Order: sequence, then C-alpha cells, then structure tokens
Amino acid sequence: MEFLQYFGGVFEPTSFLLLLGGTIGGLILGATPGLSPTMAVALLIPFTFQLAPTQGLILLGAAYTSTVAGGAVSAILLRIPGAPANIATALDGNAMAKQGRGAEALHISFLSSGIGGVIGVLLLIFLTPVLAKWALAFGPSHLFWMAILGVTVIGSLDSKSFVKGLLSGCLGLWLSMIGYDDIQGAQRFIFHDALTGGVSIITALIGIFAIPQVIDMLAAGREKQNIASIKVEKHSFIDSLALTLSSIKSLSIGTVVGSFIGLIPGVGGQIAGLLAYDQTKKLSSNPESFGQGNPQGVIAAESANNAMVGPSLVPLLTLSIPGSPTAAVLLGGLLIHGIFPGGDLFDNHPEVIWTFINSMLVGQVLMVIFGIAVAAYAAKVAQVPKAIMASAVLVLAVFGAYSVQQSMGDVYVMFVLGVGMYFLEKFGFSAAPLVLGLILGPIAEANFIQGSLIANAISSPAQYFLTGSLNLVLIALVIASILWSFFSTQKENRAKKEANSL
Amino acid sequence: MKLRLIAAATLAAASFMAAPMAAAEYPERPVSLMVSYGAGGATDFQARIVTMVAGNEDYLGQPIVIINKPGAGGRVGWNWFASEAESDGYTMGAYNIPHFVAQSIEGGVKYSAASFEPIANWGADPAVVVVGADSPYNTIEELVAYATENPGRVTLSGAGLYVGHHIAALQIEKATGAKMAYIPTKGGGAAAMKAVIAGDVVAGVNNLSDAFRAREAGNVKILAVADLERNDFLPDVPTMKEAGFDVDNSSVNFRGVMVPKGTDPAIIEKLAATVPAMFENARVAKQMQAGGSPMHIMTRDEVLEMWAAREETLTELLAGLK
Repeated sequence: MEFLQYFGGVFEPTSFLLLLGGTIGGLILGATPGLSPTMAVALLIPFTFQLAPTQGLILLGAAYTSTVAGGAVSAILLRIPGAPANIATALDGNAMAKQGRGAEALHISFLSSGIGGVIGVLLLIFLTPVLAKWALAFGPSHLFWMAILGVTVIGSLDSKSFVKGLLSGCLGLWLSMIGYDDIQGAQRFIFHDALTGGVSIITALIGIFAIPQVIDMLAAGREKQNIASIKVEKHSFIDSLALTLSSIKSLSIGTVVGSFIGLIPGVGGQIAGLLAYDQTKKLSSNPESFGQGNPQGVIAAESANNAMVGPSLVPLLTLSIPGSPTAAVLLGGLLIHGIFPGGDLFDNHPEVIWTFINSMLVGQVLMVIFGIAVAAYAAKVAQVPKAIMASAVLVLAVFGAYSVQQSMGDVYVMFVLGVGMYFLEKFGFSAAPLVLGLILGPIAEANFIQGSLIANAISSPAQYFLTGSLNLVLIALVIASILWSFFSTQKENRAKKEANSL
Repeated sequence: MKLRLIAAATLAAASFMAAPMAAAEYPERPVSLMVSYGAGGATDFQARIVTMVAGNEDYLGQPIVIINKPGAGGRVGWNWFASEAESDGYTMGAYNIPHFVAQSIEGGVKYSAASFEPIANWGADPAVVVVGADSPYNTIEELVAYATENPGRVTLSGAGLYVGHHIAALQIEKATGAKMAYIPTKGGGAAAMKAVIAGDVVAGVNNLSDAFRAREAGNVKILAVADLERNDFLPDVPTMKEAGFDVDNSSVNFRGVMVPKGTDPAIIEKLAATVPAMFENARVAKQMQAGGSPMHIMTRDEVLEMWAAREETLTELLAGLK
C-alpha cells in the first residue's frame, strides 16, 4: 500500500494542472487520425525538459492514457480509428452512431476505457514483480504462435463471408512485407521510393478507413443537400453507466485480454482491442449482432485497449525493456531526467515513480469525465453537412498521413490504399481484417525467422517451435480458435438450411 | 525604360550580393534537423538534447527543430536527405556511423559518404558484448572458448543488419575465428537486449549506454567493449583488444550533424565553428550524462577523417558478405 502515501504529489497545483492539460490535450490528439499515442508522447517530451521529473512524467502518463481513449471519438463518429488500438471500436461504435446512438456509444466507450484502464494500472501497482517474470517468458517461438492466434481471428472479423475476410487478411499480410526487411537485409516490392520504409500502419489505417468514407460522403452529398452524416440523439448518462456496469462479461474479457497482451513485449496493444472484440463475439449468445451496433463490441474493445496501458509499462519499469513503441518513447522521457528504470527503481525514486503511476490512475478518472463532456458536443459534429464533413476528414487524413514521416510519399500510399479499399468494399471485402493482417504480418514473420535462426544454432526448428508447455498451450488455442470458427459457420449454415426448408 | 533598366540592375546587384550576405546573416529562421530514426529512439533522444540550446545567441541564435523520417533502418531518411533535402543550410541531418556507410557499401541506396558534408560529431556509443545475469560465462575469453568448441552454437542478438552491432559481431567472428550465429532483431537494440535478458540467445551485442543501464538494473553482465579504450561509464570492463582479440572501434556508433553536399561553403564553415561549441554547453553535457549517453565531440575535420577511415575498413569487412 506504499503507493497511497504518494497521492498528495498528484494533487499539487502544478502537477494537477499538467495532468488536466495532458488529459484534455491527449483526448484531442487521440481523436485526430494519424496522431497515435506514440507520436503524442514523443511530441511532448521536449516540453518535459524544463519540468521536474515527476511533473514531466505526469504529463506523459496523462497523454498516453487519454490518447488511447481519445481515438475512440473519431472511430465512433467518423469510422476512422484514431490509432490502431481503436479499430475494433469503429466496427460497432460507428454502426451505433449511424442508428442515432452516437452519444450512447461515446459514453460506454469512455466508461469502459476508464474501468479497463483503472484495472490495468492496479495490476501494475500490485502485481509488477510477478508479471515481470511473465513478460520475459515469451520468446520468438511464442510470439510467433501469438501472431498466428491473431491470424485465426481474421476470417471471422467483421465480414459477411469467411473467405472474403481471409482474402482481405492475406492482402494485409502482403502489404506488410513491402519495404526493406531488417532481418534478412532484402528489399521487397519497392516499386516506388515512397515504399522504401514499407507501408506504415498509421498511413494504411487512415487510407483504408477514411478515404472510402470520404468518397461515400461526397457521392451522397451530390444526391441530397445538407444531409447529416450521422444522427446523435441525446442519451441519458445514467442509462449508459448502467449498461456498462451490467456488461460484466464483455468488460472482463476486454480487461483480461488487454492486460495480458499489454504485458508481452513486442506484440503491442494494437491487437488487444481486436482480439478482445473477437473473443466477446465468439462467446456471445448472439454473435450475428456484432458489427450491427452491439454496445458489447465497443465495451470489449475499449476496455481492452486501455487495460493494456498499465501492464505495458511493467517490462519497462522493472527490466528497462520497452514493450511497445510508446513505452520506448516514455523510456526516453525517464532517461532525460536521469531516472534509470530497473528492479531498484521503486527503491531509488519512489516519489517519482509512484506519483507517476498514481497520476495515471487519477488520469483515467479525468479522462472519463472529459470524455463524457465531449460526447455532449458529438451532436454538433453530426449536424455538419456531408460535403463539408468529407472535406474536413480529407484534410485530417492528408495531414495525418504526412505527419508520420513528414513525407508526401505516405500521402500517395494512403490515397492508393484508400481508393483501392473503396472498390474492395463494393465487393464485400472489409477493412478490419486487412489492417489486422498488416499488423500481424511483421510480428509473425520476424519471430519465425528469428526463431528459425536460433533453432538452427541450438537444436532443430521442430523442437524449438513445437515443444515446451507455453508453445503447446498457444498451439492448442490456435486449434481451438480454428475449430470454433469452423463449427459456428457449420451451425449457421445448418440453421439457414432449416429456415429455408420450412 | 530607364527605370526598368535601373530596376533590373539593382535586382542583378541584389542577387549577386545575396550569396555572401546569406552566409553572414545565416541563420535568419529556425533550422530543421532530420533524424532518420523514430521519435523516442536513442538518436532522436540525443539529437533533441544536443540541440536544445541552439537558440542561444552564442550559437545559432535560432532554434533547431527535429524532423523524424524513420524507416528501413535509416535508409528512408538518408535517401531523402541525399536526394531531396534543400542545400540552403536550413536543413541539417543527423548521421549514424557505421550505419549509413555500411548501407552505402551494401548498395541499393541513393547516398554514400560523398553525398554529405559533416559539421560536427556529438556522441560515440561503442558496442559491447553482453550475457544474461545468470549466464555461466563471466569473461569474454570463456564465451569465445565455448564458441570455438561449439561452432555456430553461440547465438548473438543485435539490432538488424549493417548496423554497429552487426559490424561488431562480424569483427568478433573474424578476430576470434569462432563461428557464431548473429540473430538480427526487429525493434532495435531494446528487442535485442530483451532476447539476452530472457535467455532467448546465448549472448548479445548492444549499445554501451543501454547495456550500462541493464547492468545497473542487475539484468546483464558486460563482457567486453568493442572500442580502442575502456569507457568512463564502464571502467571495469576490458576492451576486446585487451582480451587479445583484434577488434578496433569500427563498430562504435558515432552520431553527429551534417548538411547535404552543395551547401554554401561559408555556411558550412560557420556551422563547423559554432556547432561543436554548442555541444560543449554545460547544460547539454549535464543532460547527456543524466541520460547515460556518452558524449564524444569532434570537429568537422576530425569527422571527415573518421568517415574516410570507416569507409575503408567497412569495405574490406563487408566484401566477404555480398
């Protein structure tokens, strides 16, 4: 309970103002497509040069927490995920917004973010020493199987057709191979200079989610003038709170999956939301309703991506290993103040580190409060005529894609992917499996090659990848996931046949 | 007509005057510094520290803005810097040696040492050999002895190909005659360090600064430094040379500032005079020390010499690889 005595530090006037500023700023940055949590934290680091270590970290922690949640705003209202973590939120969140339930979707998204986030930080506070051992248990072979487990989800994710889902996933896997490969030293599919660095996930995300939207909006705008893009009806906050709190199943799946994935260095929170979403859908009594505006989908995805934040700092704080790109940036923020993370961090700098962790806890609560306030303004966004909305989204998309590497090349890549996705959607392919392929491709590939290199040096690849209890558990999960998809499709088909024969 | 002539003459005179004037008043606006690695990485982090006092009247009198162009191990940023960056003195770039020289020898990129004009060097981060804290090996000799008896069995993690870690691994293999398996990781030095701490690999090559912190945290043992002299951060760790293996400082990660070829020589001269002084600023030194980043300030002439020396050693070392 040592952390309790450092709560005072969070509420000192300067610290608290920074916490407020970081949270509000983070929500705005997070809602801007292209500004991922990693970039938001990196942009803030120079500002911390002049601050005391504790205050600097409070600012960074608040920004990290709230950008992850802020990404849900554009995911729900515009169907453009602010960051990869919010992809799953867009699926049901935007469907809800189209039905006029945008305010409700924003409410439950921030509430479940807050709940997941607080549990994640509590895990960080109480279980850090235990979890640190876990984080190291995952070697290349295990990360490879984790990625394959993610691949098994691709077919069933947000798709009417299993085959089209898989094909979209394959396209994403292929896109992930473009560029210079660091492990084999090979240049692959570099047809144009803009592709040297590969297709960045943020660029792809903006292109395939935002551009088809823009084209649709412009097309619709020609037919009917001044038609609102979405409807947002006022929704009672108490109802949203009751709904969120009663969704124990989705909340627990989201929080458990999010914390677990956050803990493993190298997997990254990008897939936490998608995996939690998929699990919730599979275990639901009503899986068809997902993607049609089921609030449970939003709750699972958002609780997962914020639950990830706390545990993702475990490897950083105890072992000095940043487990995600954002954690790597935070490490820079710590070092600049002469604070070296490691096992004795909690003994050497207790006031700095506990104030930082406590501020993340308080930050989660502030984020919920301001997020709910944002929801009240969502109606205003919805009143914007489609043509104007389309131009605004287009500006944000170009800005977001450019800002990843300050490169026009990325803007071209974004447009090509976006226009391509527009036509693919016309044929029933969807964006989410494609992005999942793009995210999982490098994880699966890099770990497979690394694993093979290590395996060839010490034993045989078969032994390296197929033995050991952790490998076996993961393989069992992969098989279970495939069988589940197979049987549920069979069951659906049988049900359809019966319905037809009647 | 006459008026127009006078106007034209003035314009011509003005443009004639413009070049030397530009150097005298340079810089009149903020200068950007391109970093070819992502925000938050070691190069970005150090670049932000060493340029933080640029706005001081004693130095540039204008702030330096960091622009990140990450991708393909630095190739994206340096390609851009060599082929598209304006050579007006307002676009500087950060270099990493041996990375960009090794990449230009490997081929497939638009730059070589001749594409850039160095200004000054700010840091030098040598490669070190690390093993996990519970590893049976306590000295570099023990590790090499095991590797000699079991060819190919010792796995060495490092951050990618054609970077300092890879060069060090190649040099160690060459100097010891022991065959080892170099395992490049995706995700930079941090991923390579994780592989060592978790025991995924037998040993690793990593940055001295990161290894120093990992040792402070009790996670690794540092067996040797691939440099000419012992390092102030690690006075107890021997160099490879002291251990009897002929490994020089070719893998040391030098970081500094450069401008594109074709930049006005007067501007280069001005920068070469002020930038090293800026690196020597007490606040910069304090912040770099706090971050565990070893400084090594070199002037333009020293850097030119170092680039030429690297090009020669690396061409020879990498010749066998292609």
